[in-house]
Amino acid sequence: MTINLKRVLALLAFVASMGLLAAACGSSDSGDSATETSSSTDSTADDSASNDDAAADDVAAAPADASDDDPLTLVSWGGAYQQSQINAYSEPYTATTGQTFIWDESSADAVAKLRAMNEADNITWDLVDVVGADAIRLCDEGLAMEIDFDSMLAAGDDGSSATEDFGEYLISDCFIPQIVYSTTVGFRTDLVGDTAPTDICALFDTDTYPGKRSLESRPLNNMEWALLCDGVAKADIYDVLATDEGQDRAIAKLDTIKDDLVFWNAGADTPQLLADGEVVMGSTYNGRLFSAIEEDGQPIGMLWDAQMFDFDGWVVPAGLPEDRLKKVMDFLYFATDTQRLADQAKWISYGPARASSAPLVGQHADLGIDMAQHMPTDPANATNIFVTQYGFWSDYRDDIDAKYQAWLAG
Amino acid sequence: MTTVQMDTAGEILTADNQPLSVALRKALFRQKVRALLLIAPLLLFVLVTFVWPIFGMLWRSIDNSIVPDTLPQTVAALESWTPTDSGETPPEAVYAAFVADMQIAAEERTHTVVGGRLNYETPGIASKFRQLGREVQDWDLARDGPFKEKLIATDEAWGELFIWETINTYSGNYTTGYYANSVDRRLTSDGITARDADESIYLRLFWRTIFMSIVITISCGLLGYPIAWLLANTLDRYANLLLILVLLPFWTSLLVRTSAWKVLLQDQGVINNFLESIGITDSPLPLMHNQFGTIVAMTHILLPFMILPMYSVMKTIPSSYTRAAKSLGATDITAFRRVYFPQSVPGIGAGAILVFILAIGYYITPAIVGGSTGIFISNRIAYNISSTLNWGLAAALGGLLLLMVMVLYWLYDRFVGIDNVKLG
Repeated sequence: MTINLKRVLALLAFVASMGLLAAACGSSDSGDSATETSSSTDSTADDSASNDDAAADDVAAAPADASDDDPLTLVSWGGAYQQSQINAYSEPYTATTGQTFIWDESSADAVAKLRAMNEADNITWDLVDVVGADAIRLCDEGLAMEIDFDSMLAAGDDGSSATEDFGEYLISDCFIPQIVYSTTVGFRTDLVGDTAPTDICALFDTDTYPGKRSLESRPLNNMEWALLCDGVAKADIYDVLATDEGQDRAIAKLDTIKDDLVFWNAGADTPQLLADGEVVMGSTYNGRLFSAIEEDGQPIGMLWDAQMFDFDGWVVPAGLPEDRLKKVMDFLYFATDTQRLADQAKWISYGPARASSAPLVGQHADLGIDMAQHMPTDPANATNIFVTQYGFWSDYRDDIDAKYQAWLAG
Repeated sequence: MTTVQMDTAGEILTADNQPLSVALRKALFRQKVRALLLIAPLLLFVLVTFVWPIFGMLWRSIDNSIVPDTLPQTVAALESWTPTDSGETPPEAVYAAFVADMQIAAEERTHTVVGGRLNYETPGIASKFRQLGREVQDWDLARDGPFKEKLIATDEAWGELFIWETINTYSGNYTTGYYANSVDRRLTSDGITARDADESIYLRLFWRTIFMSIVITISCGLLGYPIAWLLANTLDRYANLLLILVLLPFWTSLLVRTSAWKVLLQDQGVINNFLESIGITDSPLPLMHNQFGTIVAMTHILLPFMILPMYSVMKTIPSSYTRAAKSLGATDITAFRRVYFPQSVPGIGAGAILVFILAIGYYITPAIVGGSTGIFISNRIAYNISSTLNWGLAAALGGLLLLMVMVLYWLYDRFVGIDNVKLG
């Protein structure tokens, strides 16, 4: 069989033109990278996948447009938290204005992806939910837009301006806080013996509370707890941690329980480990523990002592075109007003960032229980709190992390 | 029969009176062009989506242009300064140049980016740059000097050496600093020095990655060979069923399989509960969150990659050879060892190199079941890309990984030979 050159060239030309057509059509989709797992509530592999997968990029199908507008792309964390945002923010907004939304679950990688989008000069996201530290980083790098709080956000329902209502939670010029959440410790009520732990140092007390513990695989929070339980006064912790000796001291304290430690990467890991009985106590975000205790009925108790406050909120990517920016700011005005932030608390036990929302927090939408007592900001729970020191960690994060990972891997 | 024509030099001529050698060369050339055109789309695709990003990554691993681009006058002024043992701070000219650069950088919001970049090398710099950026925009370059005292008055850190030394070390357009960091060294003004042991992780991780990948390859080989032999040598209907059983996990999601291993291996998992219930052990064995867990889970996941090449090679081994060996008096074992096994080695080679290269780059399974001691270098690369945004270090680690794989490939070629790799 001889090869007819003309036929081969014709075939190649056809294939090449098909390929070009496909590339041209495909690249106009927005950069959705919904992970291959669904956004169910607590589950094990799901959240670790959304944290550390890069291979499983699927393009999510856009919902059918209810209006002539293009859908806005919102980025969040998936799971119960994203569902509470959908229930409280986007569904009411769609009902009144017809604007549709696409939700992307990429908040875990938001900073890296925004930087990449910025370099490629193609911003496909309209509003991104990030934690406080990430927001500061994005603001530093010029990847997030500066917000004029009093003119762009609604005033509080009690008459205060936006700046007064959010108060000291405005940790950055680019960050609009939505919730206050905390990293707390949960414990198995049936595996800790007769006296439930009330002190954070129960984590390090393997005599009274034998069994495994789960801590985050990042040094954040663990270093502070280690120093606190090693005898450092709360006011001095960050000064001590800024020194080499202080860092070594914290790691030495953690080393005393290293054989009993399991490390988690995703918020859903610890509730799963507690439910399985793999660990007797472990740290995670308080909303996850609330879901496990109240919604799933697991025998888990909350240890609120030395909970670490952090904020989660919105940033607007810098460089959005005018029309999209206008739509986003309109949605933002609605989604960050007093009632909306109080509404979100109906589905998840994170405290609203506005002072005026606190008295409006009611009951859980499905379970009918009072949410106020489950908030990290509730006075009964907030007797001994830490607030994440963003300045400290942005300076020392890389340094401490190198030591922490070396200790982990050893 | 046509007579063969010859030209004056005695060369054979073709029907259209060309010398045969010339005609042959032209025909071969045309064939090569046709072949090239056939693979041209694939070649282009591979160049654009594979080769070019790799060069991009390698460039990022040495690129330091952010510092001289954001602080050009400072870098120029620092050229004449060397940090001495006496601990003298740079002259006023450097401070003035720095303030001038910072004014422009603060205006363009790039001062925090360069501060963050320098913070990777020396902690504490990011906040100094951020704080200075807020103040420096109100200063008047012509009248507010001298700037050395003014800077030190705003923050004592400007009177210390660490910021200036770091800028000085990282002032070129290109740097070896990322590669130094990736082999647990540090680039300082005295050259490359070793890091403290409590900060050195990468060499250990590289070694661990290679070691675990070798163990995974060997265990895949040991487990996969009998299955491939069975597939190739039983009746067709059993072989088909067996092949489906091999391929079925292959078609299941990777995360589902890894999570299933979590359920099996954890302390309160199926295996430990079973062993405790029949009385073999009284406390749970640590089967997960360590290297054992990673090796077991990854062996399971990479097994089809080993079985399929081996199977396809074994399928081509004629069974008459083994029968001939037995008819000449060989026992089963000798016939296998001396006749069958050497013919299956190319398949083992193909499977081994496939499994090894896949294993070295894995990071999902080690992240889920590896705990803290069973993670691979790729987990750190992913961490540097997503969390710390130290893309230069991630690129350097990736570049080293690439180099390692290329060296191992070359070794494999020397000892086994790439031509000895067949996929059937």
